[in-house]
Amino acid sequence: MNLQLTQDGRLRHLLTLDGLPRAILTQILDTAESFMDVGEREVKKVPLLRGKSIFNLFFEPSTRTRTTFEIAAKRLSADVVNLNIATSSQTKGEAILDTVDNLSAMHADMFIVRHSQSGAAHFIARHVAPHISVVNAGDGRHAHPTQGLLDMFTIRRFKGAFHNLTVAIVGDVLHSRVARSQIHALTTLGVPEVRVIGPKTLLPTGVEQLGVKVFHDMEAGLAGCDVVIMLRLQNERMKGALLPSAQEYFKFFGLTQEKLALAKPDAIVMHPGPMNRGVEIDSEVADGPQSVILPQVTYGITVRMAVMALLAGTGNT
Amino acid sequence: MKIQIKNGRVIDPMNVRDEIADVFVAAGKIVGNGHAPADFHANRTLDASGLIVCPGLIDLSVRLREPGFEYKATLESEMLAAAAGGITSLACPPDTDPPLDEPGLVEMLKFRAKNLPGPRVYPIGALTQKLEGKMLTEMAELTEAGCHAFTQADAPLTDTQVLLNAMKYAATFGFSLWLRPQDVFLSRGGVAHDGAVASRLGLPGIPALAETVALATILQLARETGARVHLARLSTRDGIAMVRAAKAQGLAITCDVASTHIHLSENDLIGFDSHMHLVPPLRSLRDRDAIREALRDGSIDALCSDHTPVDEDEKQVPFGESAPGASGVELLLPLTLKWAREMGVPLMQAIDLISWKPAQILGIPGGNLSVGSCADICIFDETAEWIVTSKTLTSQGDNTPFLNHPMQGRVRYTLIDGHIDFESSH
Repeated sequence: MNLQLTQDGRLRHLLTLDGLPRAILTQILDTAESFMDVGEREVKKVPLLRGKSIFNLFFEPSTRTRTTFEIAAKRLSADVVNLNIATSSQTKGEAILDTVDNLSAMHADMFIVRHSQSGAAHFIARHVAPHISVVNAGDGRHAHPTQGLLDMFTIRRFKGAFHNLTVAIVGDVLHSRVARSQIHALTTLGVPEVRVIGPKTLLPTGVEQLGVKVFHDMEAGLAGCDVVIMLRLQNERMKGALLPSAQEYFKFFGLTQEKLALAKPDAIVMHPGPMNRGVEIDSEVADGPQSVILPQVTYGITVRMAVMALLAGTGNT
Repeated sequence: MKIQIKNGRVIDPMNVRDEIADVFVAAGKIVGNGHAPADFHANRTLDASGLIVCPGLIDLSVRLREPGFEYKATLESEMLAAAAGGITSLACPPDTDPPLDEPGLVEMLKFRAKNLPGPRVYPIGALTQKLEGKMLTEMAELTEAGCHAFTQADAPLTDTQVLLNAMKYAATFGFSLWLRPQDVFLSRGGVAHDGAVASRLGLPGIPALAETVALATILQLARETGARVHLARLSTRDGIAMVRAAKAQGLAITCDVASTHIHLSENDLIGFDSHMHLVPPLRSLRDRDAIREALRDGSIDALCSDHTPVDEDEKQVPFGESAPGASGVELLLPLTLKWAREMGVPLMQAIDLISWKPAQILGIPGGNLSVGSCADICIFDETAEWIVTSKTLTSQGDNTPFLNHPMQGRVRYTLIDGHIDFESSH
């Protein structure tokens, strides 16, 4: 399980937040903080990763996450190569390992990996050469650690600390790698109460064993919350055996201003994007004063810079 | 060939024998136990001092991968591997390509197997044509060709009317049906036990309900039709409880579990090792412990390897995309011994689960050391320690969850039909 740490406890790969020590999470958040001003400079670059080659290895299509990784890498002066394998060699039947071997031969230093299978990033990390780091940019339903970290960064920026918070995660936890990463980060960072809210069809079996309180009634679940995190409901799940319709889902689990009023008055609203307005979140809330959804996107860049810098061993310079 | 097996500890569960004695073999039969028959002059004497002499092992599920999947393993390689594991008779499921659904295919397999060294091969016929779950196979013809039972293997049989008729038809002739209870809808898309670990790892789950719901249907149909049913590869505590209750009510059913499932659990999936991708899935510790206990109290009748050699490329992919299954013929004995040691179960009882009891389920001779029986004998060193590696395994598939694990107990000689088909150099 310590595939992602070196023997002396430093970050070797970033595959999951499950089991990652609090000190490392905090180190990443602090490093991200130190990068905050880079984006505001006239020349938005620091030379930390000059000469390094970073490959965006996306076996599953993504625009947003891939772009923020790309921007982050470029701000660190790395060379970035984007590979949309979802539309190239995978469809020609090339095995993942062959792809990885080929790219390693091109002297890659880091792979940013997205794949539809849970555990794919672990699989690749187990097979790469010792000098290559792997960052999981989302694997199946399992983990999306940089999203989890940027969410923690957002919470810390707006709430200052973690030890006194009640955080609710609302929606399709079952299929969500984002939710799993958030839960591990929140519990590791000492949030005393993490809640998940959703219909029984969208919560994983035994989810309470991850250290969360389960609510099926959104009103009860939101009461007294400091942070409300809405999850995206995938189109294909809006109608069928898990849910009867998007309308009924919105009625019971969509976030409206009225429901948000049950949380603390200074509660913040988060969403990993892209949003389905009118399905999981009302536009009035998404664009309202309590929403921190756009800052999340901005912080996504600095947090990913921090992760890459730390993996390259240059984070403290 | 006359063989004298000298000074071994003879354990013969059927005859409730456990003693140091010599065993005498001639013309493919056991001709003497303890005392040599008159005029016996051995061509070869095997010194079994410090070793255990027991009936050759009988494995209820070994995929030989022929016809159709020779790239995963060949008949020759897997029969040698089975012999190296002390196995003298094995049942092979029909999930080959094409499936064993016609007498000609069964005869061909039997013919091929007969001309190779290694265990006696007992094909299990396909229950439905092409294993599609729609039309019954010619069960009577297949029986004449050499099938000892009928199964869907891991192929689904969703249509309960077909299942009912399969049982009625089989009951007409007294044929045995081997069914692995798993509801096709409840297990759809799943790759791991639906529990805390799969939830944590984000692996799509197969709930225990997939087993119990299917089991309820099978048990009810078996009651109604009187069909002989053997339940293959049980994996859940609740499923075992249902079988135990049905047996207590007098239903004539038997069941087995795979030797992997008496040691491993869902916890072994942490780290996404695709060698842990098995069918049925590795379940919770609670389920595993229930299996271990049910083997001890006799609720489970037999242990099998469920040997499934898989091409390495099919395991070198992310967990959910990997081919399920584990190679296991060479681990059946050491894994059974490990369970017996850990549970404090006598050797006699442990050996019974992999010899005499499966012989009865399969309805074949063997599984005992009575004078006059076929000379299928396993001689092993109970204390020999070894490490599982691709070098120490004979099977073409080294896809085992126990790779690099230490094992205790290793076969020294395997006699099949009075021939020494395996002899260890260790």
